[in-house]
Amino acid sequence: MKDRAVDFLEFDREAQVYRISPEQAVRDDVEKHYWRHVGLTVMKDWRLYLMLVPMLLVFLFWRYFPMYELLGCFKVSDDVVPVSQQLFSGFSYFKRLLAGGDDLSMQFWRALRNTFILSFYGLCFGFPIPIILALFFNEIRSNAARSIYQVLTYLPKFMSTVVMTSLVTMLVKQGSLTTGMGIINQALSNLGLISNEVANAGLLNNPSFFRSIYQISGIWESAGYDSIVFFAAIIAISPTSYEAAQIDGADKMAQMRYVVLPSILSTIVIMLITRIGSLLNIGYEKVLLLYNSNTYVTADVVSTLANRVGMGSNPQPGIAAAAEMMNNVIGMLLVIGANTIARKASNTSLY
Amino acid sequence: MKRKLEISELIFKIISYTLLTVFALCCLYPFVYAVSASLSGRSAVEYGSIVLFPKDIQFDAFARMFGDNMFWNAYSNTLFLTLYGTLWSMLTAILGAYALSKRRLLFRKFFNFFLVFTMWFSAGIVPQYLNYLATRDVFNAVGIQDDKWLVVIAMGMAAMNIILLRNAFEGVPSEIEEAAIVDGATEFQVLSTVYIPMSKSTIATVALFFAISRWNGYFWARQMISNQNEHPLQVFIRLRLEQYTDPEIIAGWSETFASDSVIYALIVCSIVPILIIYPFIQKYFAKGVNVGGVKE
Repeated sequence: MKDRAVDFLEFDREAQVYRISPEQAVRDDVEKHYWRHVGLTVMKDWRLYLMLVPMLLVFLFWRYFPMYELLGCFKVSDDVVPVSQQLFSGFSYFKRLLAGGDDLSMQFWRALRNTFILSFYGLCFGFPIPIILALFFNEIRSNAARSIYQVLTYLPKFMSTVVMTSLVTMLVKQGSLTTGMGIINQALSNLGLISNEVANAGLLNNPSFFRSIYQISGIWESAGYDSIVFFAAIIAISPTSYEAAQIDGADKMAQMRYVVLPSILSTIVIMLITRIGSLLNIGYEKVLLLYNSNTYVTADVVSTLANRVGMGSNPQPGIAAAAEMMNNVIGMLLVIGANTIARKASNTSLY
Repeated sequence: MKRKLEISELIFKIISYTLLTVFALCCLYPFVYAVSASLSGRSAVEYGSIVLFPKDIQFDAFARMFGDNMFWNAYSNTLFLTLYGTLWSMLTAILGAYALSKRRLLFRKFFNFFLVFTMWFSAGIVPQYLNYLATRDVFNAVGIQDDKWLVVIAMGMAAMNIILLRNAFEGVPSEIEEAAIVDGATEFQVLSTVYIPMSKSTIATVALFFAISRWNGYFWARQMISNQNEHPLQVFIRLRLEQYTDPEIIAGWSETFASDSVIYALIVCSIVPILIIYPFIQKYFAKGVNVGGVKE
């Protein structure tokens, strides 16, 4: 940025006057007729901008128009609101959800809590396990053996959510010993870990099992696949680092602590940000496929609540949109917050 | 000193092998069980006596499913959605990512933000649902009556994939592009003869991501495709599961095989094709996670 007048001026020796430099003249012109210059640039390069159009339209129509649709949560469908309250009537859905005191408000708080709990448990159990798996993979020196282990652990990732949840549903399904009780209920019941009645009723119909089923199936599905990225970071460590540590007398635990951990820390941070960022974006599809009216207490999350309220029979899209909006705004703040903290703390950031 | 080192290494190695073996077997077991249960006789399935291998082998559950026209229909619908959906997503994503990778693009920062913001904030499923309903009306008005096209065109775009492509295109050395331009290549020719061949592996990875999300798509397909004959496989599996775990259906079941066997057979049939192509796509699948580092 030039800030002195002399930078913009050139001395014309013939006329003995200062003139505006040609570069600055162009700059001034761009400033004055900004949109004309934009138009000219676009026209000159029209092919490039044409390429952008389909993508922009797709995002505009099916990502941004729904956000406009979201404004429906500020509108009030009943017209009997007194004039004196109309100024604040725009927030009536939010008020009702947050402090309505009725059944819907109770369900909303329950769903918000469940969303937090499901993702938080996912973070506690689902996040460290891939790292541990990657450390274990690193111990296997034979490539063939390692490939076999890896393929076996990636395998569940190749199922769709529907197939995975179908399999889970079948494995823990209700029934008695003669009518096809799920194999897992049967095993747990035989081991004496759960009573017969609980086993017969099916674990998915029991609210106290939903969270475990959700987390364990999540680990089963993606721990192996999630370990790829950590494993890639671990094998990138130079063998000389280990050798140096060994010479210094580091045993296995010390090597983990002082060689492996610092080397994969940035990967861990990036994955953790992604994880925290999607803390409130938990896969509603999986919950939707696994829960039923018996397990709403522990299973209902904000998206599934919105799905029932806003898309079922007697739909109330406004209030459902309000519920989801609160959820998603908190989610967005979490992404931005996690990213900022990570950038400050370790110079690693995702966005 | 040396001894102590070796012992700690050995202990860790033993723990690794043991836990890995246990975990790998746990991953594998449900599939083995599903195969066995789909092939076992009715009493073996209902009394829960199958542990590992099938008992009283029958193929009637598979036969029944293969005889079901809806099954083949669902499969072909899924192939349709996967093929056209991936093509459409790749077309828009490659063109858009190419334009975004150019430094000379005006408002580049704004366009990038336009994409990235959708990763931070989503309107939620109810507004999306209302929007898809409106889209369906528009599509019907212009003569596209088939809900399949709505699913193909309106769904499945992901900002993340476009950013992966953009990063790959940014990595292509600009000298090659300049050489092509000197030779008189237009923008489209530069893209198709320089950029696409030079970022083949990222393109394959992204195409795979799109294809997987299309193949696995369930929720919106179920919401938006009203005609039963157009349901993709995932919706079909779910509807069959709901049907065959209904206590009334189970009580009135009079076949020689268990109703569960049909579901297991369905699960097996939906996994097998993926297992067949797995060795070919595995390379890209593993690569995809490692190119995930995003910068703006």
